[in-house]
Amino acid sequence: MKIYNHLLMSVGAALMLVSCGQQNQSSNGALSSSAAEKVYVAPGEQDEYYAFLSGGYSGNLTVYGLPSGRMFKEIPVFSQFPTSGYGYSEETKPMLTTSHGFVPWDDAHHPDISQTNGELDGRWIFINGNNTPRIARINLSTFETEEIIEVPNSAGNHSSSFITENTEYVVAGTRFSVPIPQRDMPINEYKSNFKGSLSFISVDPEHGHLDLKFQLLMPGFNYDLSHPGRGKSHGWFFFTTYNTEEAHTLQEVNASQNDKDFIAAVNWKKIEEYVNNGGGTKMPANYAHNVYDESTHMATTTVKKEVLTVDPLQVPGAVYFLPTPKSPHGCDVDPTGQYIIGNGKLSADLTVHSFDKMIAAIEGEKFDGEAYGIPILKFEDVLAGQVKSGGLGPLHTEFDGKGNAYTTFFISSEVVKWQLGTWEVIDRKPTYYSVGHLMIPGGNSRKPFGKYVVAMNKITKDRYLPTGPEMEHSAQIYDISGDKMELIYDFPTHGEPHYAAGCPAELLAPKSQKIYRLDENKHPYAVTSPTGSKVVRDGNEVHVYMSTIRSHFTPDNIEGIKVGDKVYFHITNHEQDFDVPHGFSILGQNTSELLIMPGQTKTSVWEPKQVGVWPFYCTDFCSALHQEMQGYVRVSPANSNIDLSWSLGE
Amino acid sequence: MKKAGILMIVGPLFLLGLYIFPLWNIMLGAPQYPDPLGLNIHINGLKGVNEFDIQNIDGLNHYIGMHTLPKVDDMWEFGTFPTVIGIMVALGVLIGILGYLDKVSYKWFFGWFILMSILGILGMYDFNEWLVDYGTNLDPNAIMKLTNPDGTPMTYKPPLLGHVKMLNFDVTSLPASGAWFMFVGMMLTLAAGFLGWKNAKKQ
Repeated sequence: MKIYNHLLMSVGAALMLVSCGQQNQSSNGALSSSAAEKVYVAPGEQDEYYAFLSGGYSGNLTVYGLPSGRMFKEIPVFSQFPTSGYGYSEETKPMLTTSHGFVPWDDAHHPDISQTNGELDGRWIFINGNNTPRIARINLSTFETEEIIEVPNSAGNHSSSFITENTEYVVAGTRFSVPIPQRDMPINEYKSNFKGSLSFISVDPEHGHLDLKFQLLMPGFNYDLSHPGRGKSHGWFFFTTYNTEEAHTLQEVNASQNDKDFIAAVNWKKIEEYVNNGGGTKMPANYAHNVYDESTHMATTTVKKEVLTVDPLQVPGAVYFLPTPKSPHGCDVDPTGQYIIGNGKLSADLTVHSFDKMIAAIEGEKFDGEAYGIPILKFEDVLAGQVKSGGLGPLHTEFDGKGNAYTTFFISSEVVKWQLGTWEVIDRKPTYYSVGHLMIPGGNSRKPFGKYVVAMNKITKDRYLPTGPEMEHSAQIYDISGDKMELIYDFPTHGEPHYAAGCPAELLAPKSQKIYRLDENKHPYAVTSPTGSKVVRDGNEVHVYMSTIRSHFTPDNIEGIKVGDKVYFHITNHEQDFDVPHGFSILGQNTSELLIMPGQTKTSVWEPKQVGVWPFYCTDFCSALHQEMQGYVRVSPANSNIDLSWSLGE
Repeated sequence: MKKAGILMIVGPLFLLGLYIFPLWNIMLGAPQYPDPLGLNIHINGLKGVNEFDIQNIDGLNHYIGMHTLPKVDDMWEFGTFPTVIGIMVALGVLIGILGYLDKVSYKWFFGWFILMSILGILGMYDFNEWLVDYGTNLDPNAIMKLTNPDGTPMTYKPPLLGHVKMLNFDVTSLPASGAWFMFVGMMLTLAAGFLGWKNAKKQ
């Protein structure tokens, strides 16, 4: 993203100079004292909203408070996280399993909170891994990643992970078209041979479990972003496309030739019905489905071997193309479900399509040709209006629920507020600098909470004390409760946030889990009673069933381990008190530490390579006697015959 | 005497609240416990205000050498108190009925009240004895052995009534809902006695 943004920057440099005067004007004294009051959350008080910012190339999701901009947590999703041992512990390694083996990183993009009747319900948050296509589900009572499903036949999982208004599906579209199924073929035969898959992953209403229900195999365009229909347009899904030229090289030029690309309108209800009646073609596939079980504190991987594909031509009336100017990026649907906004990133204008007009055009069969058999509607027939913004490079739009929309302009570096229906620009405020996504809590639902908008920028420059060439990205918070937007705060984010999701604090705070119950711990190696600790040898594998409580390990002396052994430390935290984790690390460990929450069991493997007496200790300052929370393992030569023994306090 | 008799029947029944509601409550708050730990003292055992409070109080107290909080089988009181209360309720109701039927005089009402008051004071005395033992009978191998400014070993007896600052903890000990039931019930029996006494004077 950043590379091509920089290229665009030079293209738009002249225009940026033009808008400079305007920026200087408002940056002077932007933080008035009333702004300070608006973002000040006094010590001991709590924020009004949660904000979940994607971490981009960090692979994770960060949790912030609004309006304070304070960061509360980084939730590991697609990346190994030594802080907690996620992706290092034996229990969580399977979370990062894919058909390409263990992939310990991804590019996390678009978080979306689950909905019921089009309103945020706060059960789960979903996020996509862009690079090795995956979708993750995070539980919003534990704030832990519970499930990751790989998306086969996809490449650059970017028009994801947006949910339908009752969380029936989490939808994942491919940005890069590829041969489907994958095969060895010349790249220059891309045109009409490559395909783009749009995946509809069903979400179990009770447990949230994901299942790839069907994949729509579309022409080989780039499916950039998407959003669900809602209200009257519930049942439809809208995807922006670029590279309808089907270029396979130098896309920055070759994919920018057509004056108009498309927004693909997909009637998923119709396809669902077709599939439920036995429609579709089963295709061999190979993809991983990783599920974390909270009661065993353990993830398991299932490899799936088949996927149901749907040829759009087999379901008449299911897919239409809406011509949309200039390689549209964001594809946003207003809270009523009436307006579909195409953010033509290479233009100054926004194109707004009307759902009612689209339906009328479909019923009137007013087509303007077809692309690979998919009917193209006439631009004029579906157009609701165009926003003549005066900005350049529109990317994304969110809504305040009061009839206004807010669009980010990357090149002219600003947020523009405009009115739905009249398409008039009401206000514009600069961002610092080059804003990508923006987020209003609930701004992608039927019921937005239009009090703050967060602008997430791609360029930081001089906003904070410099930290060398590499800096965190900047974000700004604007108060949007009045007619004019007011910049009230500026804070650094972690990784590169692409989109965010927010919700009122009262939706999540009361149900946020404090501990895991020890009496519900079903981990096969858990020690659930104070006397259950033991050490068991099985060949050269040694299993240490260890427990922790302030402030000791049981056992804390272990002898009889030999060089060449594979020692599994299964550690159960016996605390049942809020915020009393214990850590575990041992000298020479080739993985990370473990951070074990009350009632939880985690496992670290240690393969001692040297004879000696090696210490282990608690890494979390758990109590006044934390420094004493330590122990020793005696490692003897491989051929020694010292018996296994273990003890505490002897 | 009818009204007095009814009051005397109803009053002791309030003591049944002790089987459901805690008699006493001790709360321990500290900077790192913004939601305080709490101990509810029932006539038949100790319960945490929140599920894991007892475990967490024990976990903290072991640093300073305090013994773990007693389980039901560890103290004879938890077996005896419910029986005593049961007998007193039955006795009180019986006196009330007999009073209603004019078989006994109001003096019996006062008699029950005085007996119950003596038992209550004995109970409080016993409770205080336990608090003293709990707070002063410390493990000699305690991790932290603290002393008062005058050099004597620090002890940790929670207050019988009221608030005390103990190390980093604010400890507050107050009668709980069960005690208020008992108080109301006993006041009713006292009222029954006075009412009976007034009636007797009129005649």
